[in-house]
This record gives sequence, C-alpha cells and structure tokens, in this order.
Amino acid sequence: MAEIINKATRESFGMALCELGKTNKNIVALDADLSGSTKTAMFQKAFPDRFFNCGIAEGNMISVAAGLAACGKIPFAASFAMFATGRAYEQIRNSVAYPGLNVKIAGSHAGISVGEDGATHQCCEDIALMKTLPGMTIINPADHWEMLEAVKASVEYNGPVYLRLGRLAVDSFNDPDNYSFTLGKGITLHEGSDITVIATGIVVKDALEAVLELEAQGISARLINIHTIKPIDEDIIVKAAKETGRIVTVEEHSVIGGLGDSVSDVTSRLCPVKVTKIGIQDRFGYSGPAKELLKLFGLSKENIAKVVSDIVKAEK
Amino acid sequence: MNSAEIIKLKKLACKARSGAIIGTYNAKSGHPGGSLSAADIFTYLYFKEMNVDSSDPKNPDRDRFVLSKGHACPSLYAVLAMKGYFPFDELKSLRHVGAMLQGHPDMKGTPGIDMSSGSLGQGVSAACGMAAAGKLDGKSYRVYTVLGDGECEEGQVWESAMFASHYKLDNLCYIIDYNGLQIDGNVEDVAGLNKLKEKFEAFGFGTVEINGHDFNELEAAFNQARSCKDKPFAIIAKTVKGKGVSFMENQAGWHGVAPNDEQYKQAMAELDAQMSELEKEEA
Repeated sequence: MAEIINKATRESFGMALCELGKTNKNIVALDADLSGSTKTAMFQKAFPDRFFNCGIAEGNMISVAAGLAACGKIPFAASFAMFATGRAYEQIRNSVAYPGLNVKIAGSHAGISVGEDGATHQCCEDIALMKTLPGMTIINPADHWEMLEAVKASVEYNGPVYLRLGRLAVDSFNDPDNYSFTLGKGITLHEGSDITVIATGIVVKDALEAVLELEAQGISARLINIHTIKPIDEDIIVKAAKETGRIVTVEEHSVIGGLGDSVSDVTSRLCPVKVTKIGIQDRFGYSGPAKELLKLFGLSKENIAKVVSDIVKAEK
Repeated sequence: MNSAEIIKLKKLACKARSGAIIGTYNAKSGHPGGSLSAADIFTYLYFKEMNVDSSDPKNPDRDRFVLSKGHACPSLYAVLAMKGYFPFDELKSLRHVGAMLQGHPDMKGTPGIDMSSGSLGQGVSAACGMAAAGKLDGKSYRVYTVLGDGECEEGQVWESAMFASHYKLDNLCYIIDYNGLQIDGNVEDVAGLNKLKEKFEAFGFGTVEINGHDFNELEAAFNQARSCKDKPFAIIAKTVKGKGVSFMENQAGWHGVAPNDEQYKQAMAELDAQMSELEKEEA
C-alpha cells in the first residue's frame, strides 16, 4: 500500500505547476488576489516574472490569459471556482472557448467543502457551466497523485481546460507506482457485478470506502473514478451499464449539469439503466465545517453505502 | 507625411468605407456606423503604423491588432483585404452561411485577425495579454486595440486599464473611436463618460486627443504613443459615426442597420465621388 498523503488538491496543483514551470518556460500563471488560496503563490515565488496578479478582476484575468495564449504562452488562470467560472463565464466563452485558445482555468475551493464561507463561495455549478462550452475539457482530480498528473496532462494538451481544485485536505488513495492518467479515460478502482458507483473529485475516496464496506456486506459494487468529466469516457460507462445494470453517481456538485447528468446522457443514448445521483440536490449550501457539510449533503461513505445497498436490496 | 502619402491613405480609407457598405448591404445586416467612423484609424494602422505582412500572418514578431469593438469589422475586413490577407470580394459574402467573414472577428477562420472579439470589453484585455507576452519574451512588437466610446461603459475596460498600467505595458496602445453615439443614442445621454481623457490619465495612461479622421494627427499621436515609456497609451480619436456617407453621419440609427437598395446606391455614389475627387487631387 502506497503512502497516504493528506493534502488539498489545490496544494498539489501549486506543486505541479512549479515543477512543470521549471522545464516549460511557456507556462505562466495568473491570479485574482487569491494566490495564497489557489496556491499559484508557489509559482509566483519560483517564477515571479511569469506570474500576473490581476487583482480582483476575474473577467479581465481570463481575457488577458487568452491574449497570452494567443502569443504562445500556456496560461493557468486561477481563482475560486465560483468567480473563475461564474463571474468570468462569458469571458471564458468568448475569449477562450470560441477561439479555442490554450488557456487553463483553475477553479479552487469548488463545491460545498469550502465550508465556513458559506453559499456565496460554495460553487456547485462550475462543472455544469464549463460543460456547455464547445471544446472545453473538464478535469476534476480526486487526490494528490491524480492532481499532479492532471496538471501535467493539461500542459501537454493544446486547448482550453477547466481544472477543479478543492480547498479541503484529503487523504490520497491512488498508488503513484501503479497510477496512470489518460485524459478522457475513467479508472476502475474496484471491480463489482451488482451495481456500479461512478464518482469524481475528492469524494471518490469516500465512494471507495463505501464499496469496500459493501463488499464486506456481500454487495459487489464496481467503482469507477471519472477524473475527466468532458470528454467523458463513454466506453467505461456503457460497459458498466451492461455488466452491472444500475449506476449510482457521486459528486460534490449540483446533480443538475454535473457528472450524474453526463453519465445519464451516455446511458440514455447507449444503454439505458437506472441512474441514481448523489450530489447537491438543486439547492444552495450554507456555512459550517467542510466535513460536516459533506456529511449533511450526503457525501459520506455511510450515505453512499446506504444508497447503494438500498437500491441493490430493493431490486434483488 | 507629404500630401501624396495622405492622398494615398485617404483613397485606401475611402475604399475601406466602400467595403463596409458592400459588406453590410450584401449581408443585409451589420454595423455601418462604427465601421465608417473607424475606417481612417484602421487604414493608418495597417498601411502606415503596424509591422505586419499578409504573406506571413502568424509571424511571432509581428505587431498585433485587436478590434475590441468587434462589430466594426466590415471596414477592418476591407483593410485586411486591401493589405492582401484575402480577396476583397470576400466582403460580398460577409455574414453569409459558410462564409469566411463572420459578423464579428474570428481569429480561427480569418487570416489577419489576431483575436476573436465582439463581446465588448474583452478585446482590450486580450490585447493586454498579448503585450504582456511580448514583454516576457523580450520582443519588440507592439499591440494596438481599437475600442468604442460606448464600450468604455464596460467595467472590464477599466479592469484592463488597471492591468496595463500596473504592468507598465508601454508596448500597448488603446485607440478609442470616440464617435459619441451608441445603439440607444448619444453616449452622454445613455451613460455619460464625462472626462474620458482624464479617466485614462488617472488610470496611468499617456493620452492624447485627436481628430480621428486626420492622418497627420493620427501620425503624431502614434509617434507620441511609441515614445511613451513605462506606461500604456490611449489615443482618444474624435470621430464621426457614419463618416463618409452623408445620410449616415452622426445618426445613432445607423449603428446596426444595413443600407437598402436605394441607400446602397446613394452611399456608393457618394464614396465613388469622393474617390474621384481624391484621384483628381492625386493627378
């Protein structure tokens, strides 16, 4: 078993960006007065000339990044997910996505695990917003190791990418020695035949603990980690739908427009099965400690296990 | 500039105006007013000021141009065509299905267009990014962006101005096509800009106010912009919306309406007459 690293994915993002910045001089970073939180401050410290603090002006930041990309730079523009994708949505659409420019947007403090700051800062709509944009790639890494690889893949890929980062420190579960990241490909973390759980982001680990617990109870649940929400891995979803029938999706995002909808879209077109979505149920969050909120919104291993087990038992 | 050079530029600008009329007439839509007000600025930039080569449109060392007021593209397209980026006849299919020339500039599909634009406020920021990239790479290219006076109501224009000045982008020049009109009427009546020059100065820009239809003044302004160090420069070019077509001049109603058959004929007759005058002067 690999060493467990307890780290927020934003921290891993900052580390990866610094590492890649050493060899790729075209990488530049932009921030909107949140560099200490998004961890682009690490890049600023290492490469001050290649860092642009844009102040609290996210719209300008995104279009500036587009201009940098039009001149061959690989800009990473970071802010909280709420402001990066919400405030600057139209700049992303028209300055970045429409011309297909090589801009990487890093949205940190995504989901309700922002915690105490409350609903105004808890962005559970970022994936939905980014998904509507033609040509946008969306990556939502689950742990430290996956984030390192995701940042690397974002640099290697030429085109707009939205990268989702979390605030909360989470334990890693991937083994770096046996881990490989392929953009657009899901990863089967656990085999199973009764039902499939498809999860994304920092709640994948909770889903993993849930399926292991279910196994002990005699329920064979498959677990798929979808780090790339767009373009989504249709093959792995269709295969699961065919082999296990039922699917439960788990995401720290609105069930409208998130992973659950992407999975349902695939199954309804290619292999209709019942899809149950665990996520934020069309509502706003509120203040509180992140871990408590995740539990209250059903994003705990206990709730995931219960939902899965109820479905399997009801349909047995 | 000597008078022969000025006449040459005036002729090019006149043809750019004809291109804008031909384009919007054939499209049965588009924005003649702002295309005509900015035609002299585009002409000066591409035929006098900027270091660009249509046979090498992606040269990394070229000067960049961003039309932040993207709707004024018909006359820009005409200038690009005259510069050799594509045939002038393309203007006849402006805004048609499958045509190269989109209603607003598209950098992916149109040679010579350095940035897609049209959503107001965004082009100026992209120009800032291009200027920042030039500084980073130690390149000597310059970046020019034309924006509208109405566009200055967009908050992003001022976000970009703060950025440009904070990063001392002296390789960047804003040109405000100050024609005084926007869709809903007089800019001063809709949401007055008040002291625009002073505003840009307060944001850390070098500034000059000129007649945007006078090539001597344009030349002096761009020379001043180039010699301005450690800060960006804003040229406030006072212009006439609809310039060159009598019935379109100073009419907000011609912001986004295409000429009909009759109006097309009259507009082209006026522009042809202006061209003949210039040819006479030349001879």
